[in-house]
Amino acid sequence: MNILFHIGRYFEFLGHVFGRPERMSLYGRRVAEEVDQLGVKSLGIVALLSVFMGAVITIQTASNIDAAWIPDYVVGFTARQSVILEFSPTIISLILAGKVGSNIAAEVGTMRVKEQIDALDIMGVNSASYLILPKIVAAMLINPFLIVISMFLSIFGGWVVSGLTGVVAPNAYIQGLQWDFDPFTVTYALIKTVVFAFIITSVAAYHGYHTQGGALEVGRSSTTAVVFSSVVILIANYMLTQLLLI
Amino acid sequence: MIEVIGLSKRFGTTQVLSDITATFAQGVVNQVIGKSGSGKSVLAKCIVGLHRPDEGRVLYDGRPFHELDLADKRTIRQEIGMLFQSAALFDSMTVLDNVMFPLRMFAGMTVAEMEKRARFCLERVNIVGKDVLFPAELSGGMQKRVGIARAIAMNPKYLFCDEPNSGLDPQTSILIDELIKEITEEYGTTTIVITHDMNSVIETGQNILFLHTGRCWWTGDREALLASDNEELKAFVFASELMRQARKGLLGSV
Repeated sequence: MNILFHIGRYFEFLGHVFGRPERMSLYGRRVAEEVDQLGVKSLGIVALLSVFMGAVITIQTASNIDAAWIPDYVVGFTARQSVILEFSPTIISLILAGKVGSNIAAEVGTMRVKEQIDALDIMGVNSASYLILPKIVAAMLINPFLIVISMFLSIFGGWVVSGLTGVVAPNAYIQGLQWDFDPFTVTYALIKTVVFAFIITSVAAYHGYHTQGGALEVGRSSTTAVVFSSVVILIANYMLTQLLLI
Repeated sequence: MIEVIGLSKRFGTTQVLSDITATFAQGVVNQVIGKSGSGKSVLAKCIVGLHRPDEGRVLYDGRPFHELDLADKRTIRQEIGMLFQSAALFDSMTVLDNVMFPLRMFAGMTVAEMEKRARFCLERVNIVGKDVLFPAELSGGMQKRVGIARAIAMNPKYLFCDEPNSGLDPQTSILIDELIKEITEEYGTTTIVITHDMNSVIETGQNILFLHTGRCWWTGDREALLASDNEELKAFVFASELMRQARKGLLGSV
């Protein structure tokens, strides 16, 4: 029953978020600020993780291919497919759920317990829309760029490690990257990214917005937001994969 | 003028407010007093529409707030200024931006006009030269004054102050009380102050409502409060020896 209560309240909350905004011009500026806050400031961690992720995928794939009849370029092919289909869109989104999601839940939760959201409501401002909609729009706009950058850096990381360790020849790795490429895999990854961006921001904001109490509850909201958005991302990942790839 | 008629509110099985009927007059400081948990803040939140009452009506100059549609409710809300216990200033905005915020959202002014109005409001509460500071860089008293400046930026018809003196030293408390009284008289606002501060009640009480166990227990002005025989009221207001001594002295002078 508790989960049904949260689902119902979440959709009611979304109704308010997508309600009529007061001043569109202010929203444009808020979206730009959130793009910087949620996207540009996540670039460093995304880049670092991606390079190492690609490197590890390449080493693991190479070390697990024992059969002599499997060509070397399969390592590059597998790394590319793993990165594009799953690692960049899903794992990076899960990382962002931790970084961005907890940040949003803590920020909105603190505004709630410090009565700043009540202040907006009393002024006649649609607080849910004013605070949350720019975050959702910004994440849905910027996350695909982050994920594309992540894809390139992961593949680059794999190429670097192939050269440094010799687990696979760099030429074979590049040959594998080019082999049997289906552009739809990128489309699939970007669709997932946009959906995950919506989940990360809206679920985290939902938990922050409904925080009651003080600092302890803000911390709890932040943790719950990360757990819930991660679970919802995993469920959505399965559903989208079933829907788009089969 | 704000009228509250037969207002009741419960949370789950707990009856917080029962059949509250009160009139808050225009141009005077109306104070709501009562022990912690007596329902003062819930009453204020029901009046401003943050809580929906289970029964009863709230009339803003005859307009039944809770029965209006969203657009009309927003119109009334734009006529309300509220000072929160914590000041509720937006942390990410400077002092000037905080005061300009309601103007940006609703006033349809140019930036120069908004800045001029915001600076006027800040000067009115004696905050000068602090425009670019953030709330975290201000003292508690200054934050309250910026909160008042933001509350009056839109020339509100109704001003709510939730525990305006909490956490302030006695001198700053008196300054805030005086400021609220001056603004109420100057702009003719209907002002409702939720307070625990008996000093403030004795100093500025013009129309006092005492809530006890979620009911409207007593209403009257400062003189009536001093002379009242109501046991619960006396036990609350004159709880300390100092206040009892003050009462004796003041009754002698009434």
